[in-house]
Amino acid sequence: MSLLNIQNLTLSIGDSAILKDVSLSVAPGEIVAVTGESGSGKSMTALAVMQLLPELAQANGTLSLDGINLLEQSEEQLCALRGASIGMVFQEPMTALNPVKTIGDQVMETILIHKAMPPARARQHAQEMLERVGLPADRFPLSRFPHELSGGQRQRVVIAMAIALRPKLLIADEPTTALDVTTQAQILALLKDLVQDFGMGLLMITHDLAVVADLADRIVVMRHGEVVESGTTQGLLANMQHPYTRMLFAASNHQVALPPAPAPKPLLQVKGAVRDYRLPRQSLFGAPGHYRAVQDVSFTLNRGERLGLVGESGCGKSTLTRAILGLEPLQGGEILLDGGPIGINQSAEQRRKMQVVFQDPFGSFNPRHRVDRLITEPFHLLDKPPTGSARRDLIAETLTAVGLSPDDAAKFIHQFSGGQRQRIAIARALITRPELILFDEAVSALDVSVRAQILDLLAELCKSYALTYLFISHDLNVVRTITDRVLVMKAGEIVEQGATEAVFTSPKHAYTQSLLAAAPVLPDLGKGADVA
Amino acid sequence: MSRNLILGGAMSALVLLAAAVSFVWTPFDHTAMDIPSKLQTPNVIHWLGTDHFGRDIFSMIMVGARTSIAVALVAVGIGMSIGVPLGLAAAARSGNWLDELIMRGNDLVFAFPSLVIAILITAIFGAGAVNAIIAIGIFNIPVFARITRGAALSLWQREFILAARVAGKNAARISAEHILPNVANLLIVQGTIQFSLGILAEAGLSYVGLGAQPPTPSWGRMLADAQTMVSFAPHLALIPGTAIILTVLGLNLMGDGLRDWLDPKLRVART
Amino acid sequence: MLRYSIKRLFSLILSLAVASLVIFFVIEIAPGDPASFMLGINAQPDTVAALRTELGLDQSKFSRYAAWVGGMLSGDFGTSYTYRTPVAEMIADRLWVSLPLALYALALSTLIAFPAGIYAAARRGKAGDMAVMGATQLGVAVPNFWFAMMLVLIFAINLRWFNAGGFVGWDEGLLAGLHSLTLPAISLALPQAAILARVMRSALLDILGEDFMRTARAKGLSRRQALWRHGLRNALIPVLTIIGLQFSFLLAGAIIIEQVFYLPGLGRLVFQAISARDLIVVESVVMLLVFAVITVNFLVDLAYAAVDPRLRSRT
Repeated sequence: MSLLNIQNLTLSIGDSAILKDVSLSVAPGEIVAVTGESGSGKSMTALAVMQLLPELAQANGTLSLDGINLLEQSEEQLCALRGASIGMVFQEPMTALNPVKTIGDQVMETILIHKAMPPARARQHAQEMLERVGLPADRFPLSRFPHELSGGQRQRVVIAMAIALRPKLLIADEPTTALDVTTQAQILALLKDLVQDFGMGLLMITHDLAVVADLADRIVVMRHGEVVESGTTQGLLANMQHPYTRMLFAASNHQVALPPAPAPKPLLQVKGAVRDYRLPRQSLFGAPGHYRAVQDVSFTLNRGERLGLVGESGCGKSTLTRAILGLEPLQGGEILLDGGPIGINQSAEQRRKMQVVFQDPFGSFNPRHRVDRLITEPFHLLDKPPTGSARRDLIAETLTAVGLSPDDAAKFIHQFSGGQRQRIAIARALITRPELILFDEAVSALDVSVRAQILDLLAELCKSYALTYLFISHDLNVVRTITDRVLVMKAGEIVEQGATEAVFTSPKHAYTQSLLAAAPVLPDLGKGADVA
Repeated sequence: MSRNLILGGAMSALVLLAAAVSFVWTPFDHTAMDIPSKLQTPNVIHWLGTDHFGRDIFSMIMVGARTSIAVALVAVGIGMSIGVPLGLAAAARSGNWLDELIMRGNDLVFAFPSLVIAILITAIFGAGAVNAIIAIGIFNIPVFARITRGAALSLWQREFILAARVAGKNAARISAEHILPNVANLLIVQGTIQFSLGILAEAGLSYVGLGAQPPTPSWGRMLADAQTMVSFAPHLALIPGTAIILTVLGLNLMGDGLRDWLDPKLRVART
Repeated sequence: MLRYSIKRLFSLILSLAVASLVIFFVIEIAPGDPASFMLGINAQPDTVAALRTELGLDQSKFSRYAAWVGGMLSGDFGTSYTYRTPVAEMIADRLWVSLPLALYALALSTLIAFPAGIYAAARRGKAGDMAVMGATQLGVAVPNFWFAMMLVLIFAINLRWFNAGGFVGWDEGLLAGLHSLTLPAISLALPQAAILARVMRSALLDILGEDFMRTARAKGLSRRQALWRHGLRNALIPVLTIIGLQFSFLLAGAIIIEQVFYLPGLGRLVFQAISARDLIVVESVVMLLVFAVITVNFLVDLAYAAVDPRLRSRT
């Protein structure tokens, strides 16, 4: 007998159909993962179970929990079920908690709102629940405020709130997407443990197939609001029926072949780089404190080499990137590009040698300019920027090189998808033929299938333009395939560097080892699966 | 386009039209006294009646629109032309002494409501429309500086600005090329709101005698004149009051409509 | 919290110091000699000289500024030439009308705006919301002094529920005093309430879109419970800013409203002083108003910290 039973669920908002005939079920003590790319309707499925849909949403079908059809319950009855019979964990722990209330009050609220216990008992229970999710009372008293906790700790509070009344069903919507890999591993282990301990059903929504393969008993693959395939994890991984499922798994583990790097000849040299941030004064007349974000970092990037820089959030990799771009000053050491110094006031000649591609395909462009103007912004650095037909030809050539059409030059950025925008960002970085390109989490915001295409594009460009790049990312799988050599950064320092394969297969530093151990890996599906 | 924008735009256009037409034509000379026909209620000859000197109220309202619009418009112009560059500069130098100086200066000006500035100026230079403009204009500077800085600060964090910096553009060029066009909508909407507030402020200053001086007609002073007669000639107060309300309402509706039309996510300070 | 308060206090003192400099030197650049202005064109030169000495005009600017500020700190605002009485006494008398009026209006405006804003936000897009928003749109457009005249016309002249003007004085009792300030307070409060209600509504609507509101609903809170328990306190942060700003508008507005109701407040005083060119009085009243605005903004900063724990732990 299943706990949650969804039969032919259809959901529409206005005229647009969001879910079409979705059917799935979750048994007590079972972990069911719903996966798919953006727009697949996986999150809407979760919200439909909670009956926390947008106001105009219209749902039809069967959606029953323990035999109760949730679609037929009154709002009052639903309130009684939410939090008591169904708990939910969300994606963004940084914003999921009320900033002006203590964590104790917020956990207690779940208990008190359902009048499950008298206040004094609820208080004690809240403390127990926080202990259960790994927040011991001596370090995390009930009086803490959310802003005093890290992202992983906040997610634990959200989980404590969700499980406080031991719900039969827990829904987790991308619960670890916003977290670092080591934190992700801990949170996933906690969820797995809670499911066993409490005998809850867990409906887990995630785009990360490695997490899915690691954790789930059963998998549901969705696309455009429909379930394309579902089955037990082992059965589905061994025998994928639907081409979309195969494509998804293949793209998640997409490998590219880079041309061999030429003989080492230094292009970028970072020597003992130090970057301090001023902290607010601790006392009114005391000297302001400093936070050292980058600590004595040295490395060399050779011409034609593809270098990776990995590390978790806050390790200083973004700061280092900005210093290399000459956007922020160094407090010690130096950075040389092609023998010349990099700094805030570097010459146009020096700046011309370097370009950058950022993460956010939606924030990287001025929405008011057309594509031709957007990608020619670096012309500002040239002494004699091409004009007339030479300019047109160069724009057309560059757009073609990144897989777009020359006609796209006259369009505005909002007319493009996320993947296309990243292609335009690459075109902008490429158009002045810089010596070095920095990719700052350049594929992190993309769906796996789009990501695979962009990685292919990079490999192609490496062949045709002999690119040299520094690829900054938190995604170990991507770095492994797209770089020759890798730097591992932790707390402002480079703790390990070496040839990418060597570092990944036999990491020397304890931190690298823990990083690689924490990263969920896709099971080896054999070469034949790669059809993307 | 929303109903707000059309309705508000039409009301504002009507007031603007009345002010423009008053330069070439009014039903009567707005200064011509005609004691025998004083204090008439609205009728066929005097569409909105006459005041205690027998002057035609409709003509006075038309000419008064001129004063209101001129004062408010110039005051918004002063506020924008000084406040926007200050806000852009503060955002470009966020966190350093220039930003600190500009923002502290703003806080200071905020401590002087426009009426207090007007009192200070009047105490020194005497009352008049020009001084009213300066008082309202000074008060507008921090409003525009603040809203520009706030919007510009979030833009400076955006990656397209970083890309422009990597392309070697300096802060002034980035402010002009990337920041200003992206805060323009916000400024247009805020400008509309400050314009309506300027009309209210001008009316208030004229009412207490700190604004436009006779013989320059003004809605605020018409109300001051009407005060002693409100018990037996309420139309003297009702008509200029309605003119002010309709103008301000029209501008506000237009501002709201513009905001929704240009960008539903715009943040506008309504104070 | 203590460090935050001390920091705000320093900034308060700095603002006051700079404001006093600005006011002093703006008055200082006034064309003409204050003494000859006060005495008129027919004054004897030796009378003018005597007055100059009395006013301290023969001393250096700096020592006069120091004397002015030092005097104010010890409660001595100087002597009005036209009235020959200490400015401090004149201001104190008037303050007993203006300050209660502004506070009365602030209380009314908050009492009206909070329920209206919350109601509109809770019924977003429904008829109730439309009605409140329509009313506030009109309220924002109405000049308060005109509204005051209409109130007088209806409630004083026609219905005779209130006096058309004047102030009975607090000696007649608290209720009588409040009664004679009621129409002025309403006319000041309603336009401000319209603005505040709009801010309250939009702040709440912003909060309703936050992730933690969805978390609250997932715990089993109803829409209304989530709004009251989690929405309101977060929405207070922008609302407090506006309340702080409104206080300065209310003080300024009170100056105009006092004209409509012939109230013996600071507004009347300052206009009489301007026409008599009694610059000492103008200077002091302006400084007092600015002092009030800066102090209220300081209190708002402290209120922020009380509402928002993130500010408390920061420096």
